[in-house]
Amino acid sequence: MLTLKNVNAGYGDFQALFDVSLDVRAGEAVAVIGPNGAGKSTLMRVISGMIPATVGHIEMEGVSVLDAPAHDIVGMGIAHVPENRRLFPRMTVEDNLRMGCFMPQFRAKYEARKDFVYELFPRMLERRNQMAGTLSGGEQQMCAIGRALMSDPKILLMDEPSAGLAPVIVQQVFDLIERIRAEGLTVLIVEQNVRQVLRIVDRAYVLESGSLRLEGTADELLQSAEIQKSFMGM
Amino acid sequence: MFAEFTEALFSIFFIETLINGLLLGGVLALLSLGLNLIFGVIDVVWICYAEIIMLGMYTIYFLHVDGGMPLILAAACGVGVTALLGWLTHRLVIGYLLQAAPINQLLATGGLLFFFQGAAMVAFGIEFRNLGVSLGSLALSEDIYLSWTRLLSFAIAAGVVVVLYQFLSRSYLGAAIRAISQDREIMILMGVNTKKLYLLTSAIGGGLAGLAAALLALQYDVHPFIGLSFGPITFMVCVMGGLGNMVGGFLAAFVFSELITIGGYFAELEWGYVLAFAFFIFAMFIRPEGLFARKS
Repeated sequence: MLTLKNVNAGYGDFQALFDVSLDVRAGEAVAVIGPNGAGKSTLMRVISGMIPATVGHIEMEGVSVLDAPAHDIVGMGIAHVPENRRLFPRMTVEDNLRMGCFMPQFRAKYEARKDFVYELFPRMLERRNQMAGTLSGGEQQMCAIGRALMSDPKILLMDEPSAGLAPVIVQQVFDLIERIRAEGLTVLIVEQNVRQVLRIVDRAYVLESGSLRLEGTADELLQSAEIQKSFMGM
Repeated sequence: MFAEFTEALFSIFFIETLINGLLLGGVLALLSLGLNLIFGVIDVVWICYAEIIMLGMYTIYFLHVDGGMPLILAAACGVGVTALLGWLTHRLVIGYLLQAAPINQLLATGGLLFFFQGAAMVAFGIEFRNLGVSLGSLALSEDIYLSWTRLLSFAIAAGVVVVLYQFLSRSYLGAAIRAISQDREIMILMGVNTKKLYLLTSAIGGGLAGLAAALLALQYDVHPFIGLSFGPITFMVCVMGGLGNMVGGFLAAFVFSELITIGGYFAELEWGYVLAFAFFIFAMFIRPEGLFARKS
């Protein structure tokens, strides 16, 4: 569904990704794991157009993503839940959801998508008139995921959904992701919480210093001595 | 002395003063609305905003007086021209300076101020031109008259506030305009073309300047330096309300206008301005973020 071929990207003179190739098939959940500063967020940003790729190809269902204007990429079925959630803090939950439905082709489905999100996260229905900035961390994550789901995407990119949340809430967030998977959505997720994320995905890539070093099924990686040593402190 | 003061306070003329202050506030509110919208969304202060109003006044003057166009139509064209000027200001100047240091953005719009002024002087000369339209006044009693122009300004300003509020709170574009001021970078993820949205905001801000121009042209002569007589006060209203805070600016406009008219009632009109500006300086000491700024 989503394919990256030999992608390089960076910020100004600083190159953050080197020759990254990966693919995500329809219905799959794939994780990219790696230490801080490995380029995981950069990878997500390149796919959704927040930063340009300097070299390489990105294709969504056979259509080049890099040739499209950055603001059209969400229209290709790619929704991105950004790092630190990035809600509009002085707007209500419902207005935040509405922004997820901004593109003209999505607007007809606004009511239906909103009902879907409220059904998935009843807490958001209770909080719908509250300013997003006043929500708790876990609720903000629900709102951010809900906002991304408003466009009825084919693939959901999630950047560190558990970052900055209390351990109890982290578990809830992973449960949320499993529920979203159950809806048949394809997911590409970046996480530092390696052990937990490997329990909910099918496959994973290991990114280090901007390059992909390993790739395997979640089970293989969970068993891998190298992964256990590098990421799980064993 | 004290008896005189209380007598003055309960006089019917004092009520007239208060009403006039309210009506002047409507014009100030309209003036500050466009500037606040642009600052709130794009985070750039258009020093040249009052000069765009000046050019709008000239447009209306020439179309109505020289072109013989009906006033309403001329005013509509004035709004169109200023909307275009707003669009061009962003397209040709601000758009290239979004990542520049704030001082450079200020200098650029300050440069535009002198450019517009100079261009108007070269093109139209320095004579004062009057639209020659008087709407007369409404007699509330034998002694109290309210100018129809001010009543109209107030009504239009109030109407614009309502329409703008509905637009910002109900429509997708309005929501995007509020959202972009809170997080510019992620607008791409919502599928918003930020360049287009900035141009649209600039055009709306420019159009509001044209509306203010139509109302001001009814009350004041047009000349190339007219912007200087209400530019500073517009900025002060915006700053006092909390720059970018449209509700705050709206309220601050009325605080300002009441101070001006009440000061003018008890002394000379000029003292009203002194009182208002003294209050502004005092307010900046106690609440530098603006009287009505939200705590964030």
